[in-house]
Amino acid sequence: MSSYFADFASLFQQFDVAAAFWVNIKLTFFAAIGSMVLGSVLALMRISPIASLRWMGAAYVNTIRNTPLTIILVFLVLGVWSQLQINLSADFNQNFFRYAVIGLTVYHAAFVCEAIRSGVNTVPVGQAEAARAIGLGFLPSARMIIFPQALRGAITPLGNTLIALTKNTTVAAAASVTEISALMKTMIEFRPDVIIAVFLTVAVGFVLIVVPVGLLTTWASRKFAVVR
Amino acid sequence: MHHKNKLYSVAAIAAAAALTLSACGGGGGDQAGGDGDTLRIGIKYDQPGLGYADGGEYTGFDVEVAKYVAKELGYSEDQIEWVESPSANRENMLSNNQVDMIFATYSITDERKESVDFAGPYFVAGQDLLVRSDDDSIKGPEDLAGKNLCSVTGSTSAENVREEVPGVNLVEQSGYADCVTMLGSGGVDAVTTDDIILAGLASTDANKGKFRVVGNTFSEEKYGVGLPKGSDKCEDINAAIEKMIDDGAWEEAVTSNTEGADYSYNKDLNPPTPEACAS
Repeated sequence: MSSYFADFASLFQQFDVAAAFWVNIKLTFFAAIGSMVLGSVLALMRISPIASLRWMGAAYVNTIRNTPLTIILVFLVLGVWSQLQINLSADFNQNFFRYAVIGLTVYHAAFVCEAIRSGVNTVPVGQAEAARAIGLGFLPSARMIIFPQALRGAITPLGNTLIALTKNTTVAAAASVTEISALMKTMIEFRPDVIIAVFLTVAVGFVLIVVPVGLLTTWASRKFAVVR
Repeated sequence: MHHKNKLYSVAAIAAAAALTLSACGGGGGDQAGGDGDTLRIGIKYDQPGLGYADGGEYTGFDVEVAKYVAKELGYSEDQIEWVESPSANRENMLSNNQVDMIFATYSITDERKESVDFAGPYFVAGQDLLVRSDDDSIKGPEDLAGKNLCSVTGSTSAENVREEVPGVNLVEQSGYADCVTMLGSGGVDAVTTDDIILAGLASTDANKGKFRVVGNTFSEEKYGVGLPKGSDKCEDINAAIEKMIDDGAWEEAVTSNTEGADYSYNKDLNPPTPEACAS
């Protein structure tokens, strides 16, 4: 048994597990910012008084939310990069990292949009009526009255989306990004003797990353809840 | 209240059904050894020219060697049960007794010998490059500087080429078919893995004549027959492989499965002599 642990320990000398997890964290960070921005714009479109914008927002959400993430990433790499030869960076590997961030952003923006929209539904309709009554137009009332309350009500669903995003970064292997699931395949290929330990390492690593996000979300949703 | 009880019983039945199903999914572990009526052979289903499932038909070099060996072991063709064994699952499928033997471009390595036994090798492949047939600028790994290259995520070939050509522009995809698509559309200039796998990819009907195997190998991969640890079949399999090589069936299996790829196997290393079995 102790030799198994020695084999297991040598895994970490052979492969840079922490660096691979760091790639996942970076993907999560940039895609979270990107999808938050895009998702907010989409949510704004879906609650706007202009019918064509509402329609476009709904069309985006319904299309992207029902498309598998792998398909989006494979499309970006096989279609946009290989076929159309569009490079996003002069550095070869950075190029794929950016494609992965775009794919993750596009996909998760649909979920962020719906999370924010669920938050908007927690804001009593009287708030919007009062905003219009004091002469605020759609954008000012959305920015100053609706969104601040809606975001506070949307912390839990947004946290869930962030957790899903964190785990979905493993799909970036499909876009040729060397993150932890790609490293896991390499480790299985070269070290089948400790295959169970390889799986456990990756699983425990994700638990360590995701559990704090969950705790933070729960704490924040209580702390910032709008008391009505 | 009544309604709730009904819900619970439905849930319980569903759970029980799931448990039963997953027990079946275990791969018939109770027919231990597989010495009964069928021989369960693990092959690739997605590698044209080696192991390929085309509807109910199985074709390729690995499949033909497997059929020959099975025949020598006393199993007729309809006693063979083909099982898909992707690269990452091969060791587990053998140690969990889900298959009796594996013919799936399975390179013999010391790390793998820790968990499984090998018979063979029945072929010695080498890492090579596949290029577009009109591209003569790439003659070997030394010409790859500044070129884009594709291989499969986590494969030995991908790691090898990283060491062989430091700083190479390597795209990693989930399968070689995606790599060949990229090669066709111009995103990459070469695809790298074992020469016979490349030859198989290039000799499919859709790809015939479009690509060319460079023929300058830079590694040595001995394809063995994966067996569960402690298997008693190794000696018999080696005898069958030797017989196949002697009577010309081996040569025919290689050539018929790599037609149209401008490929000839490495004559210095092939046909191989099977190694001594682990005691």
